[in-house]
Amino acid sequence: MTTTTDALNPAHPIDHGHGADHGHGGHDAHDHHHAPAGWRRWVYATNHKDIGTMYLWFAFSMFLLGGTFALGIRAELFSPGMQFWQPEFFNQLTTLHGVIMVFGAIMPAFTGLMNWMIPLMIGAPDMAFARMNNWSFWLLPPAAMLLIISLFVPGGGPGAGWTFYPPLSVQLGAGMDFGIFAIHLMGLSSIMGSINIVTTILNMRAPGMTLLKMPMFAWTSLVTAYLLIAVAPVLAGAVTMLLTDRHFGTHFFNAAGGGDPILFQHVFWFFGHPEVYIMALPAFGVVSQILPTFSRKPLFGYVSMVYAVCAIAILSFMVWGHHMFAVGFPATAQLFYMFMTMLIAVPTGVKVFNWISTMWQGSMTFETPMLFAIGFLCLFTIGGMSGLVLSLAPVDIQLHGTYYVVAHFHYVLVAGALFSLFGATYYWLPKWTGNMYSERMGKLHFWWSMIAFNITFFPMHFLGLAGMPRRIPDYALQFTTFNEVASVGAFLFGFAQILFLYNVIHTIRGGVGPSPQRPWDGATTLEWDVACPAPHHTWTEPPSLALVREGLIAQGLEESTHVEELK
Amino acid sequence: MNVENGIHDAPYFVPQPSKWPIMGSLALFFITAGTAFGINNVSIGWYALGLGFLVLIGMLFGWFGDVIRESNHGDYGPQVDYSFRWGMSWFIFSEVMFFSAFFGALFYTRVVSVPELGWFSNTHDYLWPMFHQAWPALSGPKVAPYTPMEAVGIPAINTGLLLTSGITVTIAHWGFVKNNRRQMTLGLAATVLLGVIFLCLQVKEYHHAYTEMHLTLASGAYGMTFFMLTGFHGMHVLVGAIMLSVMLARVIKGDFTPAHHFGFEAAAWYWHFVDVVWLGLFIFVYCL
Repeated sequence: MTTTTDALNPAHPIDHGHGADHGHGGHDAHDHHHAPAGWRRWVYATNHKDIGTMYLWFAFSMFLLGGTFALGIRAELFSPGMQFWQPEFFNQLTTLHGVIMVFGAIMPAFTGLMNWMIPLMIGAPDMAFARMNNWSFWLLPPAAMLLIISLFVPGGGPGAGWTFYPPLSVQLGAGMDFGIFAIHLMGLSSIMGSINIVTTILNMRAPGMTLLKMPMFAWTSLVTAYLLIAVAPVLAGAVTMLLTDRHFGTHFFNAAGGGDPILFQHVFWFFGHPEVYIMALPAFGVVSQILPTFSRKPLFGYVSMVYAVCAIAILSFMVWGHHMFAVGFPATAQLFYMFMTMLIAVPTGVKVFNWISTMWQGSMTFETPMLFAIGFLCLFTIGGMSGLVLSLAPVDIQLHGTYYVVAHFHYVLVAGALFSLFGATYYWLPKWTGNMYSERMGKLHFWWSMIAFNITFFPMHFLGLAGMPRRIPDYALQFTTFNEVASVGAFLFGFAQILFLYNVIHTIRGGVGPSPQRPWDGATTLEWDVACPAPHHTWTEPPSLALVREGLIAQGLEESTHVEELK
Repeated sequence: MNVENGIHDAPYFVPQPSKWPIMGSLALFFITAGTAFGINNVSIGWYALGLGFLVLIGMLFGWFGDVIRESNHGDYGPQVDYSFRWGMSWFIFSEVMFFSAFFGALFYTRVVSVPELGWFSNTHDYLWPMFHQAWPALSGPKVAPYTPMEAVGIPAINTGLLLTSGITVTIAHWGFVKNNRRQMTLGLAATVLLGVIFLCLQVKEYHHAYTEMHLTLASGAYGMTFFMLTGFHGMHVLVGAIMLSVMLARVIKGDFTPAHHFGFEAAAWYWHFVDVVWLGLFIFVYCL
């Protein structure tokens, strides 16, 4: 709205020769036909944008809920001794914080992004199975409801940690059953959502967009969805065994009948390690879209990026044992898992160096999405490095179950996955709402989050190295100072997100003015060829070969011919 | 499978807003919450479970009814057909992974946990002196004596039934390709019948196990892997038989053409998957 904002947003519309023609802006009558008003629009939705929006709002509300639990944890840990909660409730806080953030916030947020963006980016009219897409989303609120109910049954919520290890999880009260069924519903939702994403990407790309020419976000979504289809059923199996051990007399995890609690850890982490990449790969995809845009250069090493994603996915099935070094493995098994884990650093390193090379000699500008992408790059690399430290079996045996692990996975999940989600939101918000967000507020959100995040989690490395165990409500006096710092940082980080919420709502209500169709200079993927805000239906006819080729040439994925250069 | 994206329907069919998914979500909420309350002795939970199943059945009729109507109306072009093929393939892959969790539990138990419990050690001697590792006749402090299953008898007959049903479903498929209604009907009817006989024999086997062999879900590592694997398999046979029965009903109604019968093919794929799982069960649960 003001001229200063215009200077911050390089927001001049680029005449692309095609423009809004492809956005199907003229289909208004058709739109009304497809979008019933009121609550039915959302509850009966079969539109990928509406469903994507619901995913994103659901994820954000779960993020606030899970964040509140986190602040409950940090409040208790501000000083040694017992402050606010009973130890049992503290366990429920850590468990529900983990479960809600993983299954309720990060994963649905990425699924929401995929829902919104994949059809736009690959030129598809909608998701392949639009009705099932609705079901994938609407299974999540019941799952969240089960988790919330669990807090109010006798014995309280599941308090065995998000990993649900037996024997504790077998012995806990009724809340655990609600947790198990919530996992079942969320798994069902993930499987259906993933089948939709894989099918859409494999079957519905625009003409001329072969697999090795699609946007990196589509690639990472494809591989993520594949991982989810492979491992979500395994988690369902694991928690089903827990359920039958709890109520139907089986002995899967009980030595008295020939079972073994360690079996659960194997099955769980066979799911759990790919799950780590399910939360990280889409973040890689988002960053691979943002960095080239704001560097005004094609992504460096596109094909090696694709191979790296696939290599990470395959390796992720072979490293689950590194979560269990402290359990007591034969030396061969420890070495196997250790070397396999260290091997993952190779494709991940390929990605990090490709991102850096993408920025190298680019005409970079630092709008909010770019800041979050660079923040991701720096902090995710730190998280990856601490992961490499933990991959060493002899070191891990010392650090297992300490705050070092907490620091590590928050560097990859908060500064990794969550920062990329913020970046993605700022990047695509103009396309979603048709309005430009306030760059000033966005930048404030970034720096505030960046600083508060490090205040919260960096000291946890020291706490862990000094031996402070995770998942306890009380600690020895010498850990006090760093815990105080971490708690202050956590509350600061929490408040920063209210700023984010405000900025998003402000943008929906008009922001700092309408956004042009292509608000970012270097954005060359297909979603920027539709009108702004994206109309209810886009690409009802696939984009033309010429338009697709134009984008691919700009992305350095196709050579332009002499004739096209003359144009 | 249209990976080179050469096929585009004009337009790709996107269904209208639909009330079925939210009904399905409500049903599953009632089912899960109801079960969670029920198994914790809040008896109203079982009513919620029953209600949930009723809603679920209504939803399945409504949803698949819509799909059948849309299909017969000609809404599904070749690209949608490819989507269905991909979707069904990935769904079966997810089912394979679900079973692999339980097969994994079986292998781990047999190869790792039971032998390790049998190793001689002082702890072992103090805690559980009478224990010898053995499979399938395990003993243990929490395991009542039982008789393990034999591979001959019902399991061998069931293997024959399912393998035969794989043949009959293929005969039905040839009928679809040749548009021979009689062959379609007979092939499908024979397949469903074989599936139903399989399920009846399975129920008989379970009954025999519980009442005479004292083999139950609580019979230690053997009982739990036996019943969980064969139980989940049995449920899948039931689902497959229902799918094929629906296809039979549709054939009798006159649906399907030689070029357009993926509904049947999906059910046949699923049936073959169930068949393969059974072969794994027969080898690893019954024979070895």
